[in-house]
Amino acid sequence: MIGLTHYLVISAALFSLGILGVLTRKNAVNVLMGIELILNSANINLVAFSKFASADLQGQIFAIFIIVIAAAEVAVALAIVLSMYKLVKSVNLDEADTLKG
Amino acid sequence: MDTTVAQIVFYVFAAITVISAALVVLSRSLIYSAFSLLFTFFGVAGLYVFLGADFLAATQMVIYVGGILVLLLFGVMLTHKLYNLDLKTQTFQFVPGLLAAAAVFVTLLLVIGRTRWAGGQPRALNPTTAQIGELFMKDYILPFEVASVFLLVALIGAAMIVRKKSR
Repeated sequence: MIGLTHYLVISAALFSLGILGVLTRKNAVNVLMGIELILNSANINLVAFSKFASADLQGQIFAIFIIVIAAAEVAVALAIVLSMYKLVKSVNLDEADTLKG
Repeated sequence: MDTTVAQIVFYVFAAITVISAALVVLSRSLIYSAFSLLFTFFGVAGLYVFLGADFLAATQMVIYVGGILVLLLFGVMLTHKLYNLDLKTQTFQFVPGLLAAAAVFVTLLLVIGRTRWAGGQPRALNPTTAQIGELFMKDYILPFEVASVFLLVALIGAAMIVRKKSR
């Protein structure tokens, strides 16, 4: 039978892969993809707990709010990436080192 | 009979999710990463269906696949020369990053394995859309309105950031 731990393990795998993407990719858009993976793993957790450990739909409501925040986040982040591209002529994060001492 | 079929379908969705997420992170080509992300979102939507969250699965498909992924693809295309179709991306500090991610994963697995989760009876499968709408209009009306203002602020802010300076 598929239980709570199955979903938690999938979510942990997604979270770790997202961390790996955020830590190792040079491209800013690729880092954003890693962040989307992390947000999705949090959503899986919330919905799984909502099904297995609670009587109401609070977890799903919370997941919908996270989706809203992810949409806003990706819009603002892409705007920042685009203006960084205009400024540095590159989206590689290691080349945006103006503030590096 | 039903349970075994359901189990097989569950593992297929789980495999789609995790393998395509690994491709997102490890693929050398930016376009491959973006399209693997499509399959990850699709797999997560399948998991939502398994969890009895039908409205959330539809929302996932519409917003993530229809909105966020298209936005990310636009981000890829606007920041690269389009005639250069092999959009390679490099990695840096790969080994420390891999170690950190593996440490996070092992820690999470240990926590999941050792915790005694509250063993509630899983909720019966019912359509959730009407209930979610009711909750949004009754209990969560303030966060709902705040979220709408928040989206407006974020979109105006995003437009302002990339706007060409007049003068």
